[in-house]
Amino acid sequence: MKYTCGADADRAAMLASIGVRSVDELFAGIPKDFRLKGGLDLPEALSEIEVMRRMEELAGKNRPGRCFAGAGSYVHYLPAAVDALASRSEFYTAYTPYQAEVSQGTLTAIFEFQTFICRLTGMDVANASMYDGATALAESVLMSVGVSGKKTVAVADTLHPHYRRVLETYCWANDVEIRTAHGEAGVMMTPAADALDGASALIIQSPNFFGCVEDVSALSSAAHAAGAHSIVVVTEPHSLGLLAPPGKSGADIVCGEAQSFGNPVGFGGPALGMLAAGAGFMRRMPGRLVGRTVDSAGKEAYALTLQTREQHIRRERATSNICTNQGLCALRAAIYLSVLGNGIRKLAILNHKLAARCKKSLSSKGFRPVFERPYFNEFAVKIPGAPAVMKRLEEEGYVPGVHLGDYYEEYEDCVLICCTEMTGPDDMDGFAEAVARFAK
Amino acid sequence: MPVIFEKSGCGRSAYPMPEWKLDDADPIPPELLNDGVDLVEAGELDIVRHYTALSRMNFGVDTGMYPLGSCTMKYNPKINERVAALPGFTGLHPLASRGLSQGALEVLHGLSGLLCAITGMRRFSLAPAAGAHGELAGVMVIKKYFEKRGERRGVILIPDSAHGTNPASVAMCGFETREVPSTSEGDVDMEKLRSIVDQNVAAMMLTSPNTLGLFDRNTPAIANLLHDKGALFYCDGANLNALLGVVRVRDLGFDLMHINLHKTFSTPHGGGGPGSGPLGVCDELEPYLPVPVVLKGKDGFHLEYDRPDSIGRIHSFYGNFLVALRAFVYISMLGSEGIRDAGETAVLNANYLLSLLRKDYNLPVDRACMHEFVLNDKNMPGGVTTNDIAKRILDFGYHAPTVYFPLLIPGAIMIEPTETETREMLEAFAEAMIAIKREAETSPETVKTAPHTTPVGRVDAVLAARKPVLKWEP
Repeated sequence: MKYTCGADADRAAMLASIGVRSVDELFAGIPKDFRLKGGLDLPEALSEIEVMRRMEELAGKNRPGRCFAGAGSYVHYLPAAVDALASRSEFYTAYTPYQAEVSQGTLTAIFEFQTFICRLTGMDVANASMYDGATALAESVLMSVGVSGKKTVAVADTLHPHYRRVLETYCWANDVEIRTAHGEAGVMMTPAADALDGASALIIQSPNFFGCVEDVSALSSAAHAAGAHSIVVVTEPHSLGLLAPPGKSGADIVCGEAQSFGNPVGFGGPALGMLAAGAGFMRRMPGRLVGRTVDSAGKEAYALTLQTREQHIRRERATSNICTNQGLCALRAAIYLSVLGNGIRKLAILNHKLAARCKKSLSSKGFRPVFERPYFNEFAVKIPGAPAVMKRLEEEGYVPGVHLGDYYEEYEDCVLICCTEMTGPDDMDGFAEAVARFAK
Repeated sequence: MPVIFEKSGCGRSAYPMPEWKLDDADPIPPELLNDGVDLVEAGELDIVRHYTALSRMNFGVDTGMYPLGSCTMKYNPKINERVAALPGFTGLHPLASRGLSQGALEVLHGLSGLLCAITGMRRFSLAPAAGAHGELAGVMVIKKYFEKRGERRGVILIPDSAHGTNPASVAMCGFETREVPSTSEGDVDMEKLRSIVDQNVAAMMLTSPNTLGLFDRNTPAIANLLHDKGALFYCDGANLNALLGVVRVRDLGFDLMHINLHKTFSTPHGGGGPGSGPLGVCDELEPYLPVPVVLKGKDGFHLEYDRPDSIGRIHSFYGNFLVALRAFVYISMLGSEGIRDAGETAVLNANYLLSLLRKDYNLPVDRACMHEFVLNDKNMPGGVTTNDIAKRILDFGYHAPTVYFPLLIPGAIMIEPTETETREMLEAFAEAMIAIKREAETSPETVKTAPHTTPVGRVDAVLAARKPVLKWEP
């Protein structure tokens, strides 16, 4: 298959206009010894029919199942309107909206996305998106360090371990030291003064990796008392339908993952990083920002703005190197949030109740929660012989949560379980029964 | 255009909320709760009309020719979208066990192999979510390589024609950048380069072909010069489209590179992402790739984390998987011959378009170009500038070229037609560009006040920056 349509006659005329005899001559600048003599070592080209068959076969080797896994990636219902609108190719075949006059669609939608994120997080300014939650955190830390000049950060040990790893990578490259602030019983405790001493920021996740809701206000106050920024990470933004906006609880920067707003899990990507902050950070933000302005007739219009922060202008002094972000995912989130609207509160309560129901079902079969803390739609439960039980559950068509023992030795028999509207009340009972059956 | 918040009406809803009877949950202390939310209350038809109207104010490859230089806005085949919507891929949780995700792992492993065949590299990591992310990971690999060797090298060289992401990525890894000048013919100035490559230079980053659309004739010589001093050679693969099937990047002496799947391998750009920027490395740098890497063992594919020399994790999960999937489909369909045809036709189209425009537009560096070429506004009549030309071409139904980049050409107009445009389309675009030149002679005001037919008139970017309004408020 080819997507070019150069007939031989066209080629001959084009070469004549250029003034060369062959296409080969156009590559004369590449030393001949380096040019490939034969073809590339690629598999035989497939027709569209064949490729579809092959890809369906590969898709069939995946077993998405009834999913009780969360931990930073969430299966939620995608209203039909989201796919229908986001698959309009005027949106998805566009580039970054450099030419504002023919990009008002993308620009307006991103402006709406920024507004949604500000309203949910309680922050003043949100950018057009980051790659994912973990890099949004890493960039938030670099922003904090850039503002404060202090090269140490304190990180709650209840942070998602993948986020911690990504943060370690970025901090290693930037010579930033990471200290761990320890908690107990599934939540952060007010960190000891020495953990915060000289720190640029305290990083808190809520709901945290174990599903427990942190006391963001108390922790932010502790951070502020030590002269540090409070950076709050949110990996399940539906929680903001129910929980206090971090901005109202003292957060200076809110970052994390917004995939669960209108984007499929898709084996972890495309994800949708979000980054929001207080007004004071506006000119230090990484990434694209869309602003409102007017056109030549004075009509309302939108444009990329404050670009002197960015790499294409400021080069090595830019606030970040980010260029392409997750625009279409942000558009999907804007559409999704328009559809969900103020129903987000009801949906959040529904998720919370479903998690409670599942916890109760499991508890009634003797599987106790690991932590007795407020939670949103995820909780950890103790299942003796968890790895073997999970394997059996997979055979029954479940994606049975996330095995905490993969991350923490002390939680070997613990499983992190997530419930959304995609795991209804009937699924819960079947799931709890299956767990009981295999745990014997 | 009003925003969705202005279309909110009390009590409307478009979400199909299930009405399940459920007991109250364990209570959350009230101080941890919000006091309600204020987003939108709109019906489904309101929302559908709103975003449909927005889409009509957008220009994509499906709307018309999009000759945005260095962005490779080629056609995005529809089969890619169909495959990327298969529930077996979209619905797969990233922490589903290895046994549940063999198909996805096979795609990741397979794509790495295909990219290796095309570039000659040893292995690719598909974790980087965009080109700049791939670059960043690449510079981290460079840092780790020297750290493990116990060498302290603090400088990375970047030509003056480079993308802005290069110096920004370098700075994010604690290296200092040093700029390497180009000659008037658009190659790296070898004499200058020889004088600055020393034991403190960790690497040089070169876009190949470079951002003038030229293949740097000294590329193999640069590789030798760097390698003699123990430094590494990084290829910014943003322009890989021009080399497809003609030369393998590794064979030119590059040690590592990133690829933009949303440019070269036909995945749509999405109006600003999601992209994907796989990082490929040679044998010697393979241990430093980010974790996890996908390996094939006796009993299928798995994610490998036990890699002590790795730079570490760089993504929450494994990168933009559904984007990688589209590129896998594209390469599977093209095969060796189709890949070479894409590269050759991209270069043929660019040279043909250049031949149609060279009489009317100034060509600062006059050489056979690769997949793109750079004109500028020198000698334009009527005081018409590059920005005016970019705005006026929108009225003719085309997207504008990349403008004012690369920085070393004043008033640059960078044109990349890609291989998927036909001869007729290239000719029509050239006619429009020439018509603008004529307008500049006869009625320059028409050009200077353009665009005239777009959904909004010329947008005031200065006001946007002077008085930033970054969210909607009633």
